Amino acid sequence: MSVDQTTVAKIASLARIKMSEDELARMAPELSQILDWVEQLGEVDTSQVEPMTAVIPNTLRLRDDVIDADPLTGGDKRDAVLANAPAAEHGFFGVPKVIE
Amino acid sequence: MTELTELGVKAIRDGVAAGDFTAREVAEAHNAAVAAAGELNAFIVTTPDHALAAAERVDADRAAGKQLGAMAGVPIGMKDLFATKGVQTTAASHILEGFTPEYESTVSQNLWNAGAGMLGKLNLDQFAMGSSNETSYFGNVISPWRHKDGGNADLAPGGSSGGSSAVVAARIAPAATGTDTGGSIRQPAAFTGICGIKPTYGRCSRWGVVAFASSLDQAGPMARSVEDCAVMLGAMAGFDPKDSTSLDLPVPEWEANLSADLRGKKVGIPKEYRMEGTDPEILESWERGKEWLRDAGAEVVDISLPHTKYALPAYYIIAPAEASSNLARYDGVRYGLRDLPDGAGLQDMYAATRAEGFGDEVKRRILIGTYVLSAGFYDAYYNQAQRVRTLIARDFEKAWAQCDVILAPTTPTAAFALGDKMDDPLAMYLNDVFAVPASLAGLPAMSVPAMLNGDGLPLGLQLIGKAFDEQGVLNAGLAIQQRAGFDAKPEKWW
Repeated sequence: MSVDQTTVAKIASLARIKMSEDELARMAPELSQILDWVEQLGEVDTSQVEPMTAVIPNTLRLRDDVIDADPLTGGDKRDAVLANAPAAEHGFFGVPKVIE
Repeated sequence: MTELTELGVKAIRDGVAAGDFTAREVAEAHNAAVAAAGELNAFIVTTPDHALAAAERVDADRAAGKQLGAMAGVPIGMKDLFATKGVQTTAASHILEGFTPEYESTVSQNLWNAGAGMLGKLNLDQFAMGSSNETSYFGNVISPWRHKDGGNADLAPGGSSGGSSAVVAARIAPAATGTDTGGSIRQPAAFTGICGIKPTYGRCSRWGVVAFASSLDQAGPMARSVEDCAVMLGAMAGFDPKDSTSLDLPVPEWEANLSADLRGKKVGIPKEYRMEGTDPEILESWERGKEWLRDAGAEVVDISLPHTKYALPAYYIIAPAEASSNLARYDGVRYGLRDLPDGAGLQDMYAATRAEGFGDEVKRRILIGTYVLSAGFYDAYYNQAQRVRTLIARDFEKAWAQCDVILAPTTPTAAFALGDKMDDPLAMYLNDVFAVPASLAGLPAMSVPAMLNGDGLPLGLQLIGKAFDEQGVLNAGLAIQQRAGFDAKPEKWW
């Protein structure tokens, strides 16, 4: 299925990636080519098949409900959590003003 | 004195243990090789002090009579997809440039616990998305191999683990970590004449590995022999409660149980892998592989994996879908790059940051993933791909009734020149046509070098095994290694 530039602009906005008109114009045929190619999956009769959910059968484990059980990821890690933030202020992640 | 950079993992470990040389000498020799190889652009950062400190601990432990680990004294390269505490971890992206983890990935920690040291963080395709190492923000890795006719065209080392394959082939590191989502260990190993194994999904913890497509991502070793891969995989693998899909199984004694005696084993040859347009020399290497395995005592049988041709298109829905979700975390708030245009609000900041921080291929995949997961298309694309994935896994299940291990080429061609496929994403994707089916089914798979082609470039053979049967894969790989006698190496030009 081919996608036009307007559709690519819509997807880019959903994916929160800013794109110039030039980029959109370049990306549209590339994405169309890829989507045309994956279209062949429609040939496969999958009416009797469940979608794969796990390659290796595995039940999800639960851990004991203990606070700070893992010393590495447990509490009192504020500075470590903020260490790589581009704008950490007063012990918080700083962001531009959200509410007018 | 032995040229220490010519030694593999096992030879270094055993030589250090025997006192033939010190771990420090080994680290120094490799640090020097790293420093002299800038032209390959294989490292994003080098960490000679890490390698030296690890070596000194091993030498001290040996002097104190302590038991040494499985990787004691072995300096390795670490793909820059593994978080390493205090050492920049970028996934070869601009968006993570400068990111310095406060924690260590489980796999790298396991390796340090086993006595290994780190030479540096290896370049890769950005977020492991690529097959030629041309999508890195930090520039292309150049393969140490060249055409034998003396042509100077720079060749691709494969991808995404291109820094890993380049340094191991160039005798800069005896081994390196790789990760494989759809061939990213096996394809670069094949392109550079080395070995690499992707274990069963869940063997190696994904904790601390920058996520690409979580249902497919698996770490594994890249080294110059099957034995070295067995040693290093043993050190990397193991149950990790911090990874919800980690296999809660003991790690088998792969190294101790290596055996090239394949009597009683059946090797399957999937007819669907004989695709139109496959290089005749690749087909020749496949024929030789069959002969070698027969010679090792195995019976060669024809099998069918009927959904093979659908594996790649299914992969290019599933992997981008997972990537679009995983990469949503790069928002310019918690870590990494922030681009905040004047007067921009939060949403504008997200969009500007991601525009600035992601490369073209990463954007392309995020957009594909966003599209196939969007309302109205989810069933037709994503669910259909996951259904096809079930059929691909079922193909392998049926094959195991007829054989113990599968032999196939690793790649459809030998290494191509840098730049050859960059303007055609689909042509690039087709590189992984033989590698992706095993990834979709979560199976262990390995590439071992088979021969040089007419241009003097390496060709690899792939072995695919049953889930949890890395041993069967390694054993068949060993049988090929012993008979192929592959000892070619790139001539040093860097």
